[in-house]
Amino acid sequence: MSSLRLTALDALHRALGATMTDFAGWDMPLRYGSEREEHLAVRTKAGLFDLSHMGEITVAGPQAGEMLDHALVGFVSALGVLRARYTMICAEDGGILDDLIVYRLREDAFLVVANASNAQLVLDELIARAKGYNAVVSDDRDAYALIAVQGPESTEILAGTTEADLPGLKYYAILPAQVAGRDVLLARTGYTGEDGFEIFCNPGDAEQIWQALTEAGADRGLIPCGLSCRDTLRLEAGMPLYGHELSTDLTPFDAGLGRVVRFDKTTNDGAFVGRKALERAAAEAEANPPRVLVGLVSEGKRVPRAEYTVVSTDGEPIGRITSGSPSPTLEKPIAMAYVDAAHATPGTTVAVDVRGKHEPVQVVALPFYKRAR
Amino acid sequence: MSNPQHLQYTEEHEWLTAADADGVSTIGITQHAADALGDIVYVELPEVGSTVTAGETCGELESTKSVSDLFSPVTGEVTEVNEDVKNDNGLVNSEPFEGGWLFKVRVEATGAVLTADEYTALTNPSA
Repeated sequence: MSSLRLTALDALHRALGATMTDFAGWDMPLRYGSEREEHLAVRTKAGLFDLSHMGEITVAGPQAGEMLDHALVGFVSALGVLRARYTMICAEDGGILDDLIVYRLREDAFLVVANASNAQLVLDELIARAKGYNAVVSDDRDAYALIAVQGPESTEILAGTTEADLPGLKYYAILPAQVAGRDVLLARTGYTGEDGFEIFCNPGDAEQIWQALTEAGADRGLIPCGLSCRDTLRLEAGMPLYGHELSTDLTPFDAGLGRVVRFDKTTNDGAFVGRKALERAAAEAEANPPRVLVGLVSEGKRVPRAEYTVVSTDGEPIGRITSGSPSPTLEKPIAMAYVDAAHATPGTTVAVDVRGKHEPVQVVALPFYKRAR
Repeated sequence: MSNPQHLQYTEEHEWLTAADADGVSTIGITQHAADALGDIVYVELPEVGSTVTAGETCGELESTKSVSDLFSPVTGEVTEVNEDVKNDNGLVNSEPFEGGWLFKVRVEATGAVLTADEYTALTNPSA
Protein backbone atom coordinates (compact mmCIF):
# COMPACT_ATOMS: atom_id res chain seq x y z
CA MET A 1 0.00 0.00 0.00
CA SER A 2 2.88 2.35 0.75
CA SER A 3 3.69 2.68 -2.95
CA LEU A 4 0.28 4.18 -3.72
CA ARG A 5 0.09 7.94 -4.15
CA LEU A 6 -2.11 9.76 -1.67
CA THR A 7 -4.17 12.83 -2.49
CA ALA A 8 -4.16 15.96 -0.34
CA LEU A 9 -7.56 14.84 1.01
CA ASP A 10 -6.42 11.39 2.12
CA ALA A 11 -6.82 12.00 5.88
CA LEU A 12 -10.35 13.33 5.30
CA HIS A 13 -11.35 10.26 3.30
CA ARG A 14 -10.14 8.00 6.09
CA ALA A 15 -11.96 10.07 8.72
CA LEU A 16 -15.12 9.69 6.62
CA GLY A 17 -14.67 5.92 6.61
CA ALA A 18 -14.15 5.62 2.85
CA THR A 19 -13.46 2.28 1.22
CA MET A 20 -10.29 3.01 -0.74
CA THR A 21 -9.09 1.49 -3.99
CA ASP A 22 -5.94 1.50 -6.10
CA PHE A 23 -6.79 3.53 -9.17
CA ALA A 24 -3.90 4.02 -11.61
CA GLY A 25 -1.43 4.02 -8.72
CA TRP A 26 -3.47 6.39 -6.55
CA ASP A 27 -5.21 5.39 -3.32
CA MET A 28 -8.66 6.82 -4.08
CA PRO A 29 -12.08 6.68 -2.39
CA LEU A 30 -14.18 3.96 -4.03
CA ARG A 31 -17.24 4.76 -1.91
CA TYR A 32 -17.99 6.23 1.50
CA GLY A 33 -21.23 4.34 2.16
CA SER A 34 -23.64 2.95 -0.40
CA GLU A 35 -22.50 3.63 -3.97
CA ARG A 36 -26.14 3.56 -5.06
CA GLU A 37 -27.04 6.34 -2.62
CA GLU A 38 -24.03 8.34 -3.79
CA HIS A 39 -25.14 7.92 -7.38
CA LEU A 40 -28.70 9.03 -6.64
CA ALA A 41 -27.46 12.01 -4.61
CA VAL A 42 -25.64 13.31 -7.69
CA ARG A 43 -28.73 12.79 -9.85
CA THR A 44 -31.12 14.50 -7.42
CA LYS A 45 -29.06 16.74 -5.09
CA ALA A 46 -25.27 16.91 -5.24
CA GLY A 47 -22.09 14.94 -4.68
CA LEU A 48 -18.56 15.95 -3.69
CA PHE A 49 -15.65 14.16 -5.37
CA ASP A 50 -11.87 14.07 -4.93
CA LEU A 51 -10.46 13.76 -8.46
CA SER A 52 -6.90 14.68 -7.61
CA HIS A 53 -5.61 11.65 -9.52
CA MET A 54 -6.36 13.39 -12.82
CA GLY A 55 -3.22 14.48 -14.71
CA GLU A 56 -2.78 18.22 -15.24
CA ILE A 57 -0.31 19.37 -17.88
CA THR A 58 0.23 23.03 -18.74
CA VAL A 59 1.28 24.10 -22.24
CA ALA A 60 2.37 27.73 -22.47
CA GLY A 61 4.14 29.98 -24.92
CA PRO A 62 3.50 32.03 -28.04
CA GLN A 63 2.95 28.87 -30.13
CA ALA A 64 1.09 26.82 -27.50
CA GLY A 65 -2.10 26.76 -29.59
CA GLU A 66 -0.36 25.73 -32.80
CA MET A 67 1.62 23.09 -30.93
CA LEU A 68 -1.57 21.55 -29.50
CA ASP A 69 -3.20 21.68 -32.93
CA HIS A 70 -0.27 19.57 -34.13
CA ALA A 71 -0.27 17.24 -31.12
CA LEU A 72 -4.03 16.66 -30.65
CA VAL A 73 -6.91 15.93 -33.03
CA GLY A 74 -8.88 19.03 -31.97
CA PHE A 75 -8.71 22.61 -33.27
CA VAL A 76 -7.31 23.90 -29.99
CA SER A 77 -6.06 27.30 -31.18
CA ALA A 78 -9.62 28.19 -32.21
CA LEU A 79 -10.80 27.81 -28.62
CA GLY A 80 -11.81 31.05 -26.91
CA VAL A 81 -9.92 32.17 -23.82
CA LEU A 82 -11.49 30.62 -20.67
CA ARG A 83 -13.33 28.01 -22.71
CA ALA A 84 -12.84 24.23 -22.64
CA ARG A 85 -13.06 21.40 -25.17
CA TYR A 86 -13.22 17.62 -25.12
CA THR A 87 -10.54 16.22 -27.41
CA MET A 88 -8.13 13.31 -27.94
CA ILE A 89 -4.48 12.58 -28.51
CA CYS A 90 -3.84 9.91 -31.15
CA ALA A 91 -0.85 7.93 -32.34
CA GLU A 92 0.43 8.22 -35.93
CA ASP A 93 -1.69 5.15 -36.77
CA GLY A 94 -4.82 6.92 -35.53
CA GLY A 95 -5.15 4.86 -32.33
CA ILE A 96 -6.44 6.78 -29.33
CA LEU A 97 -3.74 7.41 -26.71
CA ASP A 98 -6.07 9.29 -24.36
CA ASP A 99 -9.13 11.47 -24.23
CA LEU A 100 -8.59 14.91 -22.73
CA ILE A 101 -10.20 18.13 -21.63
CA VAL A 102 -8.27 21.20 -22.75
CA TYR A 103 -8.95 24.52 -21.02
CA ARG A 104 -7.63 27.74 -22.53
CA LEU A 105 -6.45 29.73 -19.52
CA ARG A 106 -4.93 32.63 -21.48
CA GLU A 107 -4.20 33.51 -25.08
CA ASP A 108 -0.87 31.69 -24.69
CA ALA A 109 -1.57 29.07 -22.01
CA PHE A 110 -3.62 25.86 -21.94
CA LEU A 111 -4.38 23.35 -19.19
CA VAL A 112 -4.57 19.80 -20.53
CA VAL A 113 -6.27 17.27 -18.22
CA ALA A 114 -5.41 13.63 -18.93
CA ASN A 115 -6.63 10.42 -17.35
CA ALA A 116 -4.50 9.31 -14.40
CA SER A 117 -3.66 6.03 -16.13
CA ASN A 118 -2.32 7.84 -19.21
CA ALA A 119 -0.94 11.05 -17.72
CA GLN A 120 2.74 10.09 -18.00
CA LEU A 121 2.32 8.92 -21.59
CA VAL A 122 0.45 12.09 -22.54
CA LEU A 123 3.11 14.23 -20.86
CA ASP A 124 5.91 12.41 -22.70
CA GLU A 125 4.07 12.66 -26.03
CA LEU A 126 3.35 16.36 -25.60
CA ILE A 127 6.98 17.07 -24.73
CA ALA A 128 8.10 15.14 -27.83
CA ARG A 129 5.51 16.78 -30.06
CA ALA A 130 6.42 20.28 -28.81
CA LYS A 131 9.85 20.09 -30.52
CA GLY A 132 10.20 22.96 -32.96
CA TYR A 133 7.42 25.00 -31.35
CA ASN A 134 7.87 27.99 -29.07
CA ALA A 135 5.85 26.32 -26.31
CA VAL A 136 6.75 24.80 -22.94
CA VAL A 137 5.06 21.65 -21.62
CA SER A 138 4.97 21.45 -17.80
CA ASP A 139 4.05 18.54 -15.56
CA ASP A 140 1.58 20.12 -13.13
CA ARG A 141 0.20 16.92 -11.64
CA ASP A 142 1.51 17.86 -8.21
CA ALA A 143 0.53 21.51 -8.56
CA TYR A 144 -3.20 20.86 -8.41
CA ALA A 145 -5.70 19.00 -6.33
CA LEU A 146 -9.06 18.58 -8.10
CA ILE A 147 -12.40 18.68 -6.30
CA ALA A 148 -15.73 18.30 -8.13
CA VAL A 149 -19.23 19.29 -7.06
CA GLN A 150 -21.77 17.61 -9.32
CA GLY A 151 -25.55 17.55 -9.33
CA PRO A 152 -28.55 19.86 -9.68
CA GLU A 153 -27.82 21.66 -6.38
CA SER A 154 -24.18 22.37 -7.33
CA THR A 155 -24.64 26.04 -8.18
CA GLU A 156 -26.50 26.86 -4.98
CA ILE A 157 -23.95 24.99 -2.87
CA LEU A 158 -20.93 26.54 -4.54
CA ALA A 159 -22.52 30.00 -4.24
CA GLY A 160 -22.16 29.63 -0.47
CA THR A 161 -18.36 29.51 -0.83
CA THR A 162 -17.54 31.96 -3.62
CA GLU A 163 -18.32 35.41 -4.99
CA ALA A 164 -17.66 34.20 -8.55
CA ASP A 165 -20.32 34.82 -11.19
CA LEU A 166 -21.65 31.27 -11.37
CA PRO A 167 -24.64 31.95 -13.66
CA GLY A 168 -22.15 33.64 -16.02
CA LEU A 169 -19.86 30.60 -16.03
CA LYS A 170 -21.10 28.57 -19.00
CA TYR A 171 -20.86 24.81 -19.52
CA TYR A 172 -17.31 24.00 -20.67
CA ALA A 173 -15.89 27.30 -19.43
CA ILE A 174 -13.30 28.08 -16.73
CA LEU A 175 -12.66 31.06 -14.50
CA PRO A 176 -9.92 32.07 -12.05
CA ALA A 177 -11.89 32.57 -8.83
CA GLN A 178 -11.77 32.29 -5.07
CA VAL A 179 -13.52 29.41 -3.31
CA ALA A 180 -13.44 29.41 0.50
CA GLY A 181 -11.06 32.35 0.24
CA ARG A 182 -8.51 30.36 -1.78
CA ASP A 183 -7.39 31.01 -5.35
CA VAL A 184 -8.64 28.31 -7.71
CA LEU A 185 -9.49 27.60 -11.30
CA LEU A 186 -13.23 27.03 -11.36
CA ALA A 187 -14.56 25.05 -14.34
CA ARG A 188 -18.09 24.11 -15.29
CA THR A 189 -17.24 20.61 -16.44
CA GLY A 190 -17.80 17.09 -15.20
CA TYR A 191 -18.19 13.43 -15.97
CA THR A 192 -21.57 12.62 -14.47
CA GLY A 193 -24.19 13.87 -16.93
CA GLU A 194 -25.26 16.53 -14.42
CA ASP A 195 -24.57 20.22 -14.08
CA GLY A 196 -21.54 20.77 -11.90
CA PHE A 197 -18.16 22.27 -11.27
CA GLU A 198 -14.57 21.13 -11.10
CA ILE A 199 -12.23 23.09 -8.84
CA PHE A 200 -8.49 23.00 -9.55
CA CYS A 201 -6.77 24.17 -6.37
CA ASN A 202 -3.46 24.20 -4.57
CA PRO A 203 -3.16 20.84 -2.75
CA GLY A 204 -2.51 22.75 0.48
CA ASP A 205 -5.93 24.42 0.14
CA ALA A 206 -7.87 21.27 -0.73
CA GLU A 207 -9.00 20.38 2.81
CA GLN A 208 -10.29 23.88 3.50
CA ILE A 209 -12.22 23.96 0.22
CA TRP A 210 -13.63 20.46 0.76
CA GLN A 211 -14.79 21.39 4.28
CA ALA A 212 -16.34 24.68 3.13
CA LEU A 213 -18.28 22.87 0.40
CA THR A 214 -19.34 20.16 2.86
CA GLU A 215 -20.75 22.84 5.19
CA ALA A 216 -22.39 24.79 2.37
CA GLY A 217 -23.97 21.60 1.06
CA ALA A 218 -25.13 20.11 4.34
CA ASP A 219 -28.67 21.47 4.00
CA ARG A 220 -28.87 20.64 0.31
CA GLY A 221 -28.18 16.93 0.39
CA LEU A 222 -24.51 17.07 -0.64
CA ILE A 223 -22.63 13.89 0.26
CA PRO A 224 -19.07 12.74 -0.48
CA CYS A 225 -18.97 10.41 -3.47
CA GLY A 226 -16.41 7.86 -4.60
CA LEU A 227 -15.13 6.61 -7.92
CA SER A 228 -17.63 3.72 -7.98
CA CYS A 229 -20.59 6.03 -8.50
CA ARG A 230 -18.57 8.25 -10.81
CA ASP A 231 -18.29 5.21 -13.10
CA THR A 232 -22.01 4.41 -13.05
CA LEU A 233 -22.88 8.10 -13.52
CA ARG A 234 -20.69 8.41 -16.61
CA LEU A 235 -21.99 5.11 -17.95
CA GLU A 236 -25.62 6.24 -17.68
CA ALA A 237 -24.59 9.46 -19.41
CA GLY A 238 -23.04 7.42 -22.25
CA MET A 239 -19.60 8.90 -21.69
CA PRO A 240 -16.62 6.77 -22.76
CA LEU A 241 -13.91 5.68 -20.33
CA TYR A 242 -10.37 5.14 -21.54
CA GLY A 243 -9.41 1.48 -21.29
CA HIS A 244 -13.03 0.48 -21.82
CA GLU A 245 -14.66 2.26 -24.77
CA LEU A 246 -11.40 3.89 -25.91
CA SER A 247 -8.02 2.26 -26.57
CA THR A 248 -4.97 2.38 -28.81
CA ASP A 249 -6.67 -0.28 -31.00
CA LEU A 250 -9.47 2.11 -31.86
CA THR A 251 -9.61 5.43 -33.71
CA PRO A 252 -12.04 8.18 -32.68
CA PHE A 253 -14.17 7.11 -35.70
CA ASP A 254 -14.35 3.52 -34.43
CA ALA A 255 -15.61 4.91 -31.11
CA GLY A 256 -18.32 6.98 -32.79
CA LEU A 257 -16.48 10.16 -31.77
CA GLY A 258 -15.17 11.24 -35.17
CA ARG A 259 -16.55 14.71 -34.49
CA VAL A 260 -13.56 15.45 -32.25
CA VAL A 261 -11.20 15.08 -35.23
CA ARG A 262 -10.91 18.48 -36.89
CA PHE A 263 -9.68 17.99 -40.44
CA ASP A 264 -10.66 21.65 -40.99
CA LYS A 265 -7.77 22.96 -38.86
CA THR A 266 -5.96 25.82 -40.59
CA THR A 267 -2.78 25.85 -38.49
CA ASN A 268 0.35 23.86 -39.43
CA ASP A 269 -1.06 23.69 -43.01
CA GLY A 270 -3.71 21.37 -41.59
CA ALA A 271 -1.14 18.75 -40.57
CA PHE A 272 -1.41 16.97 -37.21
CA VAL A 273 -0.22 13.71 -35.69
CA GLY A 274 -2.31 10.86 -37.05
CA ARG A 275 -4.03 12.84 -39.83
CA LYS A 276 -3.35 10.40 -42.70
CA ALA A 277 -4.51 7.35 -40.74
CA LEU A 278 -7.53 9.20 -39.42
CA GLU A 279 -8.59 10.24 -42.96
CA ARG A 280 -8.56 6.57 -43.92
CA ALA A 281 -10.46 5.67 -40.74
CA ALA A 282 -13.08 8.32 -41.49
CA ALA A 283 -13.58 6.99 -45.05
CA GLU A 284 -13.76 3.41 -43.78
CA ALA A 285 -16.29 4.32 -41.09
CA GLU A 286 -18.43 6.00 -43.77
CA ALA A 287 -18.25 3.22 -46.38
CA ASN A 288 -18.03 0.11 -44.28
CA PRO A 289 -18.83 0.74 -40.64
CA PRO A 290 -17.09 -1.82 -38.46
CA ARG A 291 -18.47 -2.50 -35.01
CA VAL A 292 -20.59 0.27 -33.55
CA LEU A 293 -20.68 1.47 -29.95
CA VAL A 294 -24.21 0.96 -28.66
CA GLY A 295 -26.14 0.90 -25.41
CA LEU A 296 -27.68 -2.30 -24.08
CA VAL A 297 -30.46 -2.58 -21.50
CA SER A 298 -31.41 -5.84 -19.80
CA GLU A 299 -34.80 -6.73 -18.40
CA GLY A 300 -33.12 -9.33 -16.17
CA LYS A 301 -31.07 -8.79 -13.05
CA ARG A 302 -27.70 -10.24 -14.02
CA VAL A 303 -25.26 -7.60 -15.16
CA PRO A 304 -23.41 -7.67 -18.49
CA ARG A 305 -19.82 -6.83 -17.52
CA ALA A 306 -16.80 -5.58 -19.46
CA GLU A 307 -15.30 -8.24 -21.78
CA TYR A 308 -18.44 -10.39 -21.88
CA THR A 309 -19.42 -11.52 -25.39
CA VAL A 310 -22.51 -10.14 -27.12
CA VAL A 311 -24.31 -12.77 -29.19
CA SER A 312 -27.14 -12.70 -31.70
CA THR A 313 -30.44 -14.42 -30.94
CA ASP A 314 -28.92 -17.36 -32.89
CA GLY A 315 -26.04 -17.47 -30.42
CA GLU A 316 -23.40 -16.14 -32.87
CA PRO A 317 -20.78 -13.81 -31.35
CA ILE A 318 -21.44 -10.28 -32.64
CA GLY A 319 -19.66 -8.03 -30.18
CA ARG A 320 -18.07 -7.31 -26.87
CA ILE A 321 -19.16 -5.43 -23.73
CA THR A 322 -16.90 -2.51 -22.80
CA SER A 323 -18.63 -1.35 -19.59
CA GLY A 324 -21.59 -2.71 -17.68
CA SER A 325 -23.28 -2.03 -14.38
CA PRO A 326 -26.60 -1.96 -12.62
CA SER A 327 -28.13 1.44 -13.38
CA PRO A 328 -29.43 3.10 -10.22
CA THR A 329 -31.52 5.53 -12.30
CA LEU A 330 -33.07 3.01 -14.71
CA GLU A 331 -33.09 0.26 -12.05
CA LYS A 332 -31.93 -2.20 -14.72
CA PRO A 333 -28.55 -3.52 -15.81
CA ILE A 334 -27.04 -1.40 -18.58
CA ALA A 335 -23.93 -1.75 -20.71
CA MET A 336 -22.01 -0.23 -23.55
CA ALA A 337 -20.76 -2.60 -26.23
CA TYR A 338 -19.15 -2.69 -29.65
CA VAL A 339 -21.45 -4.77 -31.88
CA ASP A 340 -21.51 -5.59 -35.59
CA ALA A 341 -23.29 -2.83 -37.53
CA ALA A 342 -26.00 -5.28 -38.64
CA HIS A 343 -27.14 -5.62 -35.03
CA ALA A 344 -26.63 -2.01 -33.92
CA THR A 345 -30.05 -0.53 -34.67
CA PRO A 346 -31.89 0.61 -31.53
CA GLY A 347 -34.70 -1.81 -30.75
CA THR A 348 -32.76 -4.87 -31.89
CA THR A 349 -32.83 -7.75 -29.43
CA VAL A 350 -29.49 -9.46 -28.85
CA ALA A 351 -28.07 -11.35 -25.89
CA VAL A 352 -25.05 -11.29 -23.62
CA ASP A 353 -23.18 -14.38 -22.53
CA VAL A 354 -23.27 -13.87 -18.76
CA ARG A 355 -21.01 -16.60 -17.46
CA GLY A 356 -22.41 -19.24 -19.79
CA LYS A 357 -26.05 -18.18 -19.90
CA HIS A 358 -27.42 -16.00 -22.70
CA GLU A 359 -29.32 -13.09 -21.16
CA PRO A 360 -31.51 -11.16 -23.61
CA VAL A 361 -30.80 -7.43 -23.91
CA GLN A 362 -32.11 -4.67 -26.12
CA VAL A 363 -29.99 -2.27 -28.16
CA VAL A 364 -30.77 1.34 -27.26
CA ALA A 365 -29.48 4.73 -28.38
CA LEU A 366 -26.92 6.37 -26.09
CA PRO A 367 -27.04 8.00 -23.62
CA PHE A 368 -29.16 5.99 -21.19
CA TYR A 369 -29.79 9.13 -19.17
CA LYS A 370 -30.01 12.79 -20.16
CA ARG A 371 -30.77 15.44 -17.59
CA ALA A 372 -33.71 17.79 -18.08
CA ARG A 373 -32.40 21.28 -18.86
CA MET B 1 -17.86 -4.78 13.15
CA SER B 2 -18.17 -7.78 15.39
CA ASN B 3 -18.70 -11.37 14.34
CA PRO B 4 -21.32 -13.08 16.53
CA GLN B 5 -19.70 -15.61 18.85
CA HIS B 6 -22.40 -18.26 18.41
CA LEU B 7 -21.71 -18.67 14.67
CA GLN B 8 -19.04 -20.60 12.81
CA TYR B 9 -17.19 -19.09 9.85
CA THR B 10 -15.29 -20.06 6.70
CA GLU B 11 -12.31 -18.58 4.92
CA GLU B 12 -14.72 -17.80 2.07
CA HIS B 13 -16.49 -15.34 4.41
CA GLU B 14 -19.63 -17.36 5.01
CA TRP B 15 -21.17 -17.98 8.40
CA LEU B 16 -23.28 -20.91 9.58
CA THR B 17 -25.32 -21.72 12.65
CA ALA B 18 -24.94 -24.87 14.69
CA ALA B 19 -27.41 -27.46 13.35
CA ASP B 20 -30.85 -27.25 14.97
CA ALA B 21 -32.94 -30.21 16.26
CA ASP B 22 -33.69 -31.23 12.65
CA GLY B 23 -30.00 -31.08 11.74
CA VAL B 24 -30.48 -27.89 9.70
CA SER B 25 -27.91 -25.07 9.56
CA THR B 26 -28.59 -21.53 8.37
CA ILE B 27 -25.93 -19.98 6.12
CA GLY B 28 -25.11 -16.43 5.12
CA ILE B 29 -22.20 -14.15 4.31
CA THR B 30 -20.36 -12.05 6.87
CA GLN B 31 -20.52 -8.32 7.41
CA HIS B 32 -16.90 -8.18 6.26
CA ALA B 33 -17.87 -9.80 2.94
CA ALA B 34 -20.95 -7.62 2.51
CA ASP B 35 -18.92 -4.46 3.12
CA ALA B 36 -16.23 -5.57 0.69
CA LEU B 37 -18.76 -6.29 -2.05
CA GLY B 38 -20.68 -3.03 -1.71
CA ASP B 39 -24.32 -2.72 -2.77
CA ILE B 40 -25.54 -6.18 -3.74
CA VAL B 41 -27.78 -6.12 -6.81
CA TYR B 42 -28.39 -9.79 -7.58
CA VAL B 43 -28.40 -12.95 -5.53
CA GLU B 44 -28.54 -16.42 -7.06
CA LEU B 45 -29.22 -19.11 -4.46
CA PRO B 46 -29.27 -22.89 -4.75
CA GLU B 47 -32.65 -24.48 -5.38
CA VAL B 48 -34.65 -25.97 -2.53
CA GLY B 49 -34.27 -29.75 -2.72
CA SER B 50 -30.89 -29.60 -4.46
CA THR B 51 -27.75 -30.94 -2.83
CA VAL B 52 -24.82 -28.65 -2.11
CA THR B 53 -21.27 -29.75 -1.37
CA ALA B 54 -18.93 -28.24 1.21
CA GLY B 55 -16.34 -26.00 -0.43
CA GLU B 56 -18.10 -25.91 -3.80
CA THR B 57 -19.96 -23.02 -5.41
CA CYS B 58 -23.74 -23.07 -5.07
CA GLY B 59 -24.74 -19.59 -6.22
CA GLU B 60 -23.48 -16.11 -6.82
CA LEU B 61 -23.61 -12.64 -5.37
CA GLU B 62 -23.43 -9.71 -7.72
CA SER B 63 -22.64 -6.20 -6.55
CA THR B 64 -22.32 -2.94 -8.45
CA LYS B 65 -18.66 -3.65 -9.11
CA SER B 66 -18.19 -7.39 -9.03
CA VAL B 67 -19.50 -10.93 -9.14
CA SER B 68 -18.59 -13.40 -6.41
CA ASP B 69 -19.23 -17.09 -6.15
CA LEU B 70 -21.21 -18.26 -3.17
CA PHE B 71 -19.60 -21.33 -1.56
CA SER B 72 -21.42 -23.81 0.62
CA PRO B 73 -19.69 -24.48 3.94
CA VAL B 74 -21.57 -27.76 4.30
CA THR B 75 -22.75 -30.79 2.34
CA GLY B 76 -26.43 -31.66 2.35
CA GLU B 77 -29.89 -30.94 0.99
CA VAL B 78 -31.11 -27.35 0.72
CA THR B 79 -34.31 -27.07 2.77
CA GLU B 80 -35.10 -23.37 2.38
CA VAL B 81 -33.80 -20.21 0.71
CA ASN B 82 -34.41 -16.65 1.87
CA GLU B 83 -37.08 -15.28 -0.48
CA ASP B 84 -36.88 -11.88 1.26
CA VAL B 85 -33.27 -11.51 0.12
CA LYS B 86 -34.22 -12.34 -3.47
CA ASN B 87 -36.72 -9.48 -3.40
CA ASP B 88 -34.59 -7.07 -1.38
CA ASN B 89 -30.90 -7.68 -2.05
CA GLY B 90 -30.05 -4.80 0.31
CA LEU B 91 -30.83 -7.04 3.30
CA VAL B 92 -27.50 -8.76 2.73
CA ASN B 93 -25.76 -5.42 3.17
CA SER B 94 -27.87 -4.09 6.02
CA GLU B 95 -28.20 -7.19 8.23
CA PRO B 96 -26.00 -9.99 6.87
CA PHE B 97 -26.09 -11.98 10.13
CA GLU B 98 -29.88 -11.79 10.57
CA GLY B 99 -32.53 -10.94 7.97
CA GLY B 100 -29.91 -11.26 5.23
CA TRP B 101 -29.34 -15.00 5.72
CA LEU B 102 -29.18 -16.89 2.42
CA PHE B 103 -30.10 -20.59 2.64
CA LYS B 104 -30.61 -23.54 4.98
CA VAL B 105 -29.13 -27.02 4.60
CA ARG B 106 -29.81 -30.35 6.34
CA VAL B 107 -26.18 -31.01 7.15
CA GLU B 108 -24.52 -34.31 6.25
CA ALA B 109 -20.95 -33.05 6.49
CA THR B 110 -19.24 -29.80 7.36
CA GLY B 111 -16.12 -28.41 5.69
CA ALA B 112 -13.32 -26.53 7.44
CA VAL B 113 -14.75 -23.89 9.77
CA LEU B 114 -13.36 -21.19 12.02
CA THR B 115 -14.48 -19.82 15.36
CA ALA B 116 -15.58 -16.19 15.60
CA ASP B 117 -12.22 -15.22 17.08
CA GLU B 118 -10.29 -17.07 14.39
CA TYR B 119 -12.38 -15.43 11.68
CA THR B 120 -11.94 -11.99 13.23
CA ALA B 121 -8.18 -12.56 13.27
CA LEU B 122 -8.31 -13.61 9.61
CA THR B 123 -10.11 -10.48 8.45
CA ASN B 124 -8.42 -8.02 10.78
CA PRO B 125 -4.89 -9.30 11.41
CA SER B 126 -3.77 -6.15 13.26
CA ALA B 127 -6.50 -6.36 15.92
